[in-house]
Amino acid sequence: MRAPRLGAALAVALTATLASCGSSEPVESTEAAQSPTAAAQGPVKLTYWTWAPNMDKIVEVWNKAHPDIQVTVSKQAGGDDAAAKFLTAAKAGNPPDLVQAEYQHLPSFIAADAVADLKAETAAIKGEFTEGLWGLVTLGTESVYGVPQDSGPMMLFYRKDLFDKYGIAVPKTWQEYGDAARTVRKKDPKAYLGTFSSKDPGAFTGLAQQAGAQWWAISGESWKVNIADEPTKKVADYWDGLVKEGAIDDMPYFTPDWNKALNDGKLLTWPSAIWAPGVLSSNAPKAKGKWAVAPLPQWNAGESYSGFWGGSSTAVSAKTPHKAAAAQFITWLNTDPAAIDLLVKEAAIYPASTKAQAALGAAPEYFAGQPDFWQQAAAVSAGARGFTFGPNVGVTYNAFRDGFDKALQAKTPFADAVQAMQDATVADMRKAGFQLSS
Amino acid sequence: MKRSERGIWPYLFLTPAMVLFTLFLAVPIGYTVYLATRRTKVSGLGLGRGARREVFVGFDNFAAALADGELWSGWLRVLGYGALVLVVMLGLALLFALLLDSARVRLARFSRIAIFLPYAVPGVAATLLWGFLYLPSLSPIRELLDIDFLGATTVTYSMANVAVWGGVGFNMLVLYTTLRAIPRDLYEAARLDGASEFQIAVRVKIPILTPAIILTTVFSIIATVQVFTEPTTLRPLTNTISSTWSPLMKVYRDAFVTGDLYSAAATSIVIAAVSLVLSFGFLRVVRNRAFGEG
Repeated sequence: MRAPRLGAALAVALTATLASCGSSEPVESTEAAQSPTAAAQGPVKLTYWTWAPNMDKIVEVWNKAHPDIQVTVSKQAGGDDAAAKFLTAAKAGNPPDLVQAEYQHLPSFIAADAVADLKAETAAIKGEFTEGLWGLVTLGTESVYGVPQDSGPMMLFYRKDLFDKYGIAVPKTWQEYGDAARTVRKKDPKAYLGTFSSKDPGAFTGLAQQAGAQWWAISGESWKVNIADEPTKKVADYWDGLVKEGAIDDMPYFTPDWNKALNDGKLLTWPSAIWAPGVLSSNAPKAKGKWAVAPLPQWNAGESYSGFWGGSSTAVSAKTPHKAAAAQFITWLNTDPAAIDLLVKEAAIYPASTKAQAALGAAPEYFAGQPDFWQQAAAVSAGARGFTFGPNVGVTYNAFRDGFDKALQAKTPFADAVQAMQDATVADMRKAGFQLSS
Repeated sequence: MKRSERGIWPYLFLTPAMVLFTLFLAVPIGYTVYLATRRTKVSGLGLGRGARREVFVGFDNFAAALADGELWSGWLRVLGYGALVLVVMLGLALLFALLLDSARVRLARFSRIAIFLPYAVPGVAATLLWGFLYLPSLSPIRELLDIDFLGATTVTYSMANVAVWGGVGFNMLVLYTTLRAIPRDLYEAARLDGASEFQIAVRVKIPILTPAIILTTVFSIIATVQVFTEPTTLRPLTNTISSTWSPLMKVYRDAFVTGDLYSAAATSIVIAAVSLVLSFGFLRVVRNRAFGEG
């Protein structure tokens, strides 16, 4: 549910930008003219499934410069549905040549043998990305299953005006965040400092990563599944306490209720990822200029950790007859400075490429009052830690939704929901025959 | 014509129907049954080429579907929901049809269209529309009534309300059309015998309507067994509806969320079987009465 709305949100947010920066400006191609045989056979045609807004405009730039490799964008709904659709298409034997793959879904694609190994094709660009991000497309193996496109380090977005009004300092630790939550309840009984969403496993995953969780790991020829680990339980217990005592709301993100609370100033913070400005500007247009950003509160004072919510890579279908051409395109798309510039401007992504992250200039319009937005982001990004995702994230995330829905309804401990995620994930992997070690 | 003269003609005429039946009914059902007997097996890490293959598992998927407590809880929830929808929806449909058909009705044309109109609203749109009315911060109703429409127990009623709102019109129209086809002399005869409008409705109209009522009931049973749109559309708005609230939602979840087409295929066959048993069971129970058959 998140990504489609996010896509729509970004699309709306960008309409204004679009008018000013047309996409037809010439781009110098770094690739040499293509092989002579290609011309004789007609151009290579590639289809590309993506939900990044305005990707068709970016691809148009490539198509103009590369008459022999023509890419066609097929706009997808995004999110978990898009992953399911790609897996189904791959199973049915007619997948697209290129696909946008969220980091958490890439392992399912690999396990279904749906994406190609690009080890040779990507050897030259490995250095463009941090080791953490590169690990997400290799799963720590020798193979490379995609090229990182964007990343979603988590930060704390907060209503600066209301923090000032209620005399609340930006919380540096989760302890302080809890205290601030109680203060807000006292100052305005209708407002909350934040809410815990049982519909967004990605957000919870990021918070668990910040605490140091390692849900999956590969050791030799077997998987290690440890979702109910200490850091994750700590995060679950923390939110459990705040929700049960009524200091924090329990409405899901991305609902009409949530939009209204954001617009009306009844929700003062959102621990979210770097793409949040796009969502806020479309879902809470009334609060423009009132939001600011800070690093996530820490578990121990003085630390500077974060986690990831979202982010995706571009992968090449295992079935494509044009693997080399496809690899050439995704290399351009995700590492060429001109292409990344377009990605940032047109698709509003936070680029995965390290160089590109450093080159970001003006803050998003919605955060006009915070000129150091991207510097903050870069600092947070440096401390963000992720983990290898397993081959059945769909099962885990579904167990999250059902488990936390139930925990909120029946007022059962959040830790039970975390245990249910672990059990469902392990049961599914056992059933499928994955080698598991404990 | 004698048999020999007919030659291949009957078969030629049958061909289009048979081809369509085979392509769009028999083959997909066959494929579903085939999928339901299979499962993927991975080895080791399950990554890369050849790590995953499909194997035959016989009835394992069916056994798992039948042993799944969540599926049975789903059936129970749908049973409660269905009973509610069937009784209220068909009751209202019958009431409206009789009222519209009665001699003293005013504004018949307008009422008929007004009652039928919700049926023309697509299920997803109708559910979203009601969903917004249920949401605490947006609903104008919530200002007047302090009821949590999306609470653990109320959510079933809220969904039934959407289904009733959308379904009454269609069923009313089926019953009403049947009523209009009844010769008016029957009523005249009843009136001459001293029957009131109410007595005519209960003693004459309803007995004649019985086959149509049975028809609408069978349609409604099939529709409620397959309930999917309302809970799926409301799910993002509340934490009271699980991903396996109804059996069909479990099929969707298995196939497209957790990527297990094989379990999904097995569960859909179980649902089809339950639909068949319920509809034919109902028909068997009422057949004597309705159609005078043995």
